[in-house]
Parts: sequence; structure tokens; C-alpha cells
Amino acid sequence: MPLFLKRFLFWSLCLIFLVYTFYLYTSSTSADRGLAFLDEKAKAGKLLFQKYNCTACHQVYGLGGYMGPDLTNVISAKGKGPGYAKAFLLSGTARMPNFHLSSEEIDNIIAYLGYVDKTGVSPIIDFKLNADGTVSAGERK
Amino acid sequence: MKKDTGILFVFLALLALGSGMFFGSLAALQFIIPGFSDWIPFFKTRPLHVSLVVAWIFLASVGGIYHYLPAFCNLSLRYPSLPKTHFRIFFITGLLVLACYFMGYFGGREYWEFPPLLALPILASWMLFGFNYAGTVLEKKNTWPVYLWMWGTGIIFFFFTFSEAYLWLFPYFRNSIVRDLSIQWKAYGALVGSWNMLVYGTAVFLMEKIKGDTKVAYSTQAYLMYFLGLFNLMFGWAHHIYILPVAPWVRILSYAVSMTELIILAKIIRNWRSSFSRGSRVRDSLSYRFLYASDVWIFLNLILALAISVPAVNIYTHGTHVTVAHAMGSTIGINTMILLASCFFIIESMPEKSNNRSAGKIMKAGVVLFNLSLFVFWTSLIFAGVSKGVMVVEGKLSFREMMDKINPFLITFAVSGISMFVSVLMIIIPVIPSLGRYIAKRTSL
Ligand code: HEC
Repeated sequence: MPLFLKRFLFWSLCLIFLVYTFYLYTSSTSADRGLAFLDEKAKAGKLLFQKYNCTACHQVYGLGGYMGPDLTNVISAKGKGPGYAKAFLLSGTARMPNFHLSSEEIDNIIAYLGYVDKTGVSPIIDFKLNADGTVSAGERK
Repeated sequence: MKKDTGILFVFLALLALGSGMFFGSLAALQFIIPGFSDWIPFFKTRPLHVSLVVAWIFLASVGGIYHYLPAFCNLSLRYPSLPKTHFRIFFITGLLVLACYFMGYFGGREYWEFPPLLALPILASWMLFGFNYAGTVLEKKNTWPVYLWMWGTGIIFFFFTFSEAYLWLFPYFRNSIVRDLSIQWKAYGALVGSWNMLVYGTAVFLMEKIKGDTKVAYSTQAYLMYFLGLFNLMFGWAHHIYILPVAPWVRILSYAVSMTELIILAKIIRNWRSSFSRGSRVRDSLSYRFLYASDVWIFLNLILALAISVPAVNIYTHGTHVTVAHAMGSTIGINTMILLASCFFIIESMPEKSNNRSAGKIMKAGVVLFNLSLFVFWTSLIFAGVSKGVMVVEGKLSFREMMDKINPFLITFAVSGISMFVSVLMIIIPVIPSLGRYIAKRTSL
């Protein structure tokens, strides 16, 4: 393969990649149905979620660790909710450590989980498989 | 070759691999036995494991490149003393990262769970590497073998993607979970792509040197494969976020791009029999054995990767242990096999290498045990993941009930993981003394 062709391919791919990256940073990821619920407490809660490395054991949208349940919709799930989640944060379990969080920290984390809950659904269990290998997701009932 | 800093990287890489697998074994036991080894809980052992094994991949790739350029490619380093600075920065930062984990200071992001400040020295040392690499290879005026392109691409994209992984520090990116997770996994997709460039480049280099066949590194087909890999690195990552509410085109594009990997699969099957030399002297080397094993693992993992890139399959496997199987299969089966081939290629060419026959037997047994354990490990993760995925979609059982159901697979996973750790010790402990002698003679810190 001649050098000019290699260079051409390399730089064209890089250019397309940059344009693609721009769209991903902006319009393609701008639909966030939960934004109205993202107050200062929720923002602080997100940073606490990172500070205590909750992601080592928990997932949000199926991304993260595997020891504990996915937390995306814990705030709205049947039989669960803010009080239920708080109980775990207050005392831990045999598997989940007690982080001795302050009540403010707990409130912030719950606010963050409340925000995440509004943004979408995970895991998706209400879906339709299509013949081309894609999936159409149904709305949560 | 008085300043062979590459070997220092390789030495540290092997230590990182051994200790990373130690923490991995510990974490696996903690996964199935609540409260096991409480002095260092799971949320610390997991990042210790991940960071140490990722360090293994980078150290071994970088060490190989620093060693190969002058020793085998006839390219003396443009700045021969920079690798030592690179090594020192990386080593000290690594110690700080480990200290943070022990003390419980986290950045709390998948893969890079250390405080973000420590990313700065890593980036700085990487710049030294890139600078030196560019200065060295740009001197070469005649046609480059494809691995020089691959290594260069890996260096550039690691720089880009590692920086991108820290965009969450800006509120614009952090304050929307959809954008944050999308960009995070976009960065990680390219991150893995970038280290694959370093590792696969090393594989092509080794094939060329072991087989003495220059076609693998210069043919048009080799370049087409490189560009296909680059294309996938850039655009084929979104299977991680199929379930996120991003614009639909992101999913569709990624699905389509991932399917181009079918071409690679077809090529592997076609080349299967011809891709390895049959000379018994070559076949006897550990380096050859690891390369051969990696070929089998590439095949198995490509099938798995293709499957989970199909949205209709992904919807069942996402967030389950199938994803772990995919990650472990590629980082252990492919990357680690190739990098061990590279380390042993270097070790077997050292005058200091030991010819102890019983050690040789233990190491060969280690290679077999390593691959068998990995196979059990990998399949138990797939079984665990598929079972969990089906149970999740059925939606009848609670999380705890599901985890209890897949516990037998998780026990198998932990046991085979420990067996992998033992086999890696069988492989690397025997070479530590000769590596030590070599380092004492040829390098200084
Ligand atoms: C060492 C692993 C681990 C860490 C770290 C961890 N958790 Fe947990 N968590 C668990 C496990 C496991 C469960 C499920 C209950 C059980 O089996 O003990 C759980 C349950 C929960 C639940 C209830 C979820 C449900 O759907 O039933 C919430 C909420 C929760 N954790 C939040 C957090 C937050 C927030 C953090 C970080 C501050 C955190 N966890 C850190 C392991 C962990």
C-alpha cells in the first residue's frame, strides 16, 4: 500500500472521528429526561457515590460492579424507594460495608439516585426483538 | 545496549501481573464468601486488581517497544535517557495509586479508581514516551512495518482517550448521567482499542521475528487489518451503552461497525493452519506457545464480542458476567498471552537465561494449566452471565435469589481464577533470578 494512501486513510479517519466526537459531546447525548431533578444535593451525591467507590459493587445502567444490584431505578422500584435505600446506607449488610455516612451524605446520595431514576430504565425487561438484530424498547408501565 | 530500560519495564510488568492476580484471587473469594479477608475489603481489592493488571498490560507493551526499537528494528532511541525518567515517574505514581487504594482514597470511576490528580504524572510520562517514539521512528525513511504504525497509533490514542476519561471533572460532562456514562465508555472503548494497538503490534512484530516472515508486517492485507482495527477503535464501542437513552444513530453505527470484525474472523479461519511455523525448535519456545494460545483465544473472544455487539443479544447479556467474560477473555486470553510471548521472547534471547531443565518443565506445565484454567474461568462467567440475563428479563426473582442460583458458576470462577494465579507464578517465578542478573549488569535505576 503506497504511503500517501496510508496517510490519507489515517487522517481521514481521524477527521471523521473528531466530528463524531463533537456530536457525542453535544447533541447526541443531550436528551436527559431527569435534568429537572438534578439539584445541588444530587450533584453532591454523585461525587459521594464516586468518593466511596460504590461502583466497585453497584451498577448504574448495567455499568459497574457485580456484587450488588443495579441502582438505576431503586428509588421507584416496587417495594423499594428512598426509605429502603436509606436503610442500606445507614447500616450496610453482610456484603455491603457500613460507610458511617453522615445524614447529609445519605440525603445527597439518595437525591442522586432519585435523579438517576428519572433518566431512564435499567435493566430493560420490556422490549421487542427485531429480525435485523436490533431491539425496540417499550415504555415502563 | 548498556541502557536497556525496556527490561526494567518488563520486570516491573511481571511483578504487577503477579500481584494483580493475587488481589484478583482475593476479590473473587470475597465475592463468594461475605466477610472474607476483612482487613482489605472488596471495594479496595477490586481496584487493586484492576489497576495492577492494567499496569501489567501497559508496562509489558511499553517495555517491549523500548527494548525492540534499538535491539531488533535498528532504530536507536532519539533520547536514550528519557525511558528512565518515564520509568521513575510511572513507578512512583504507581506506588501512590496503590497507597490511595489501601487508604481508601478513590476517584471512584471504573478502571481509573484512583484520585484524578494522579492522572497528571501518568499523562506526563506518556508524553515522554510518545515524544521519544516519534523522534525515533520518524528517522526511518524507508517503508515502515505495520507494527510501527500500530504502536504509534496506540500511543496517540491512549493519550487522547485517557484525557477524555477525565472530562467528568468538568460539570458540563458530569452533570448529566447520560452524557457522563456515554463519554466515559466512549473513552474506555478507545482506551482498550489503544492498548490493543500496542499489543497486536507486538504480536505482528513477534510473528515477523519468530517466523522470519516479513510479509505479515508489510503486506497490503496487514495494513488493511490495521485500518479495520483503527476503525473499530474509533466507532465500535457503543455496545456498552446500548441501553442508555442516547441518540439512536450512536447504537446503529456501532452495531454496524462492530460487524466488520466478521472480516477479521473470516481471515483467522482462513489463515489458521498456515499462520504458524512448524519448526520444532521454534515450537519448543515458550514465546511460540503463548502466541499460539493467543490465536485460539482471539478466535473464541471474537465470536463472543460479535455476539454481544448484536443488540438483541446484548439486551440479555449487558450488565451480566458475560461482559466480564468478554473483558477477561480479551485481557487475559489475548493481551496477556501475547505480552507473555513478548516477555519470553526477550528473556529467551538473553545470554543470562537459565537452562535449568526442571524449571523449564514447571514453566511449560504452567502454560498448559494457565490456558485450561482460563477456559474454565471464561466458560463459567458465560454460564453465570447468560443465566442471570435470562432471570433478569423473566423478572421473577430478587437480586439475592438470582445470585444464589448462579453461585455454583461463581465458585467455579473463583477456583479457576486462583488456579490461573498459581499457574502464572509457575511461569514467572523461575525467570526472576535471570532477569535480576540481566538488570544488574545492563541497567541502573
Ligand atoms: C462491597 C460491595 C458494596 C459496596 C462498596 C457498596 N454496596 Fe450497596 N450493596 C451491596 C450488596 C451486595 C447489596 C445487596 C444486599 C446484600 O446482598 O447484602 C447492596 C445493596 C444496596 C442497596 C439496595 C439496593 C436494592 O435494590 O435492594 C443500595 C441502595 C445500595 N446498596 C447503595 C450503595 C451505595 C450508595 C454505596 C456507596 C456509598 C454502596 N451501596 C456501596 C454491596 C455493596
